[in-house]
Amino acid sequence: MVGAGVLIFIYLIVKGSVVINWTFLTDPPRQGMTSGGIFPAIFGTLCLMLLTLTFALPVGVASAIYFAEYAGRGSSHLNILMRLATSILAGVPSIVYGLLGLSLFVLYMRFGFSLLSASLTLSILSLPVIIAASEESLRSVPDSYREAAVALGATKWQVVRHAVLPYAVPGIITSCILALSRAAGETAPILLTGAAYYHPRLPTSILDQFMALPFHIFALATQSVDPVKTRPIQFGAVLILIMLVLGMNMAAILIRIRQRRMAQA
Amino acid sequence: MRAIRRRSSRTVESVIEYLILGCACISIMILLLIFIFLFKEGLPAFAHIPLSEFIFGTVWQVQAVEPRYGILPLLCGSILVTGGAITVSVPLSLMCALYISEVAHPLVREVIKPLIELLAGIPSVVYGFLALTVLADLTQRFTGSIHRLNALNGALILAVMIAPTVISISEDAIKSVPKEYREAAYAIGADKWETMSKIVFPAALPGVLVAVMLGISRAIGETMAVLMATGNAPLFTFDILSSVQTMTAVIAIEMGEVTFGSIHYHALFAVGLVLLGITFIINFLAEVLLRRFRSVRF
Repeated sequence: MVGAGVLIFIYLIVKGSVVINWTFLTDPPRQGMTSGGIFPAIFGTLCLMLLTLTFALPVGVASAIYFAEYAGRGSSHLNILMRLATSILAGVPSIVYGLLGLSLFVLYMRFGFSLLSASLTLSILSLPVIIAASEESLRSVPDSYREAAVALGATKWQVVRHAVLPYAVPGIITSCILALSRAAGETAPILLTGAAYYHPRLPTSILDQFMALPFHIFALATQSVDPVKTRPIQFGAVLILIMLVLGMNMAAILIRIRQRRMAQA
Repeated sequence: MRAIRRRSSRTVESVIEYLILGCACISIMILLLIFIFLFKEGLPAFAHIPLSEFIFGTVWQVQAVEPRYGILPLLCGSILVTGGAITVSVPLSLMCALYISEVAHPLVREVIKPLIELLAGIPSVVYGFLALTVLADLTQRFTGSIHRLNALNGALILAVMIAPTVISISEDAIKSVPKEYREAAYAIGADKWETMSKIVFPAALPGVLVAVMLGISRAIGETMAVLMATGNAPLFTFDILSSVQTMTAVIAIEMGEVTFGSIHYHALFAVGLVLLGITFIINFLAEVLLRRFRSVRF
């Protein structure tokens, strides 16, 4: 199974590296997408990731702090309900998030097909990932740190802010990277909330439509005038997306391994 | 002076606590919003489409003069693709999980586990692209099917996609089988394979079941890969070599062309509602099973 994964990866590198050069990365598509580069798609995906992080990080980390520090092991109805909600959200299909984004953000709140609608949708989608991973890293901070801070007369929030959070930061960063890499690769939700097939200029405000890498791959492969002729571009775009996503995943895994080593030492 | 400062810090304290509690409540709110908006947009469909036609209709044809909105072909597509994926993926994934937790050298495990995690991180559109360009030719050559893009193609790519989920959850389950079970088995003379197949695996079975259920729910909810791999023809068939269209794919494709507020628009939300219902039930059961399983063990 792993061997197959490695094979696929090598195949994609060989096929994709042929077309990737500087102009491919910095030029917009030309001649009905049959030539030129993929810069607007890369730019759009980066914008999406940035906005998604801005929305999801504060809420996600605050939720995790609540679960790990305030809720304790208590099992009030509210706590059970919140945990259940989080775990159910983690299992909702991404296309359903797309439907929510379309009806809530695009139509009901009138944000239209835009970066804003899409990144709000993606941040909702990545919330469970951030909450679960951040909570785990908060819980792994030894209780003795908390007890020491309490012994010094710190209030609950001071304990969290000065004794717990600093040590959980690497774990929280890992959770954000993982959530972002998931958001960067999602296609179905942005398909319904604002990704454009072809948008010649870069988005100038968060209410603009945008191009995004995963949607660009899908569109070129299935809906363009000549899917076979643009195949090299598709392979190039796939390789860039994979490098982006896997690079982030690998960084997350490395941070976690280092953290574990430090915890053991 | 001192008293004032203490009171203000207490105010800050409680403000922060409520702020954090508020953030934690957002998940409940989001879940409610999903249900509210899907019902709000999905239910009006039944004002125009009789419920019986929606549930038992075998034709999904929206471009016709008299559009037909029967969900059976889509449901059929989803079941065919998911069933195929599970059949292929579960045995392989379970063997993989057993290997990682029971047989593999710790060094090998250190390498394989992150690699499987990476496999889980690959975007579904990439899997879909591979299914469309590479896998489709292979499946067609080996099966000689008429349709280049078919349910089998989608099932195979889904099998790869859900493997990381099934492997990691069932590995956790296998790992949490107490060491004493294995030692007791060895003590009465069982060899490694007997211990694995007759003691460890049955003990881990509830956890493995959870893994399979979560695999199913991931497979049913997967959109882009099946959209690109299965050919998108809403045919009512149980032939795995035929083109099919899944519930997820129909939403992704047709939502781009509908007029907002039309019957078609509401019908697509109704399909989303069915999809949400199915995954909700599966996930809920898995969650309950997981909790019961955990509380028995500890």
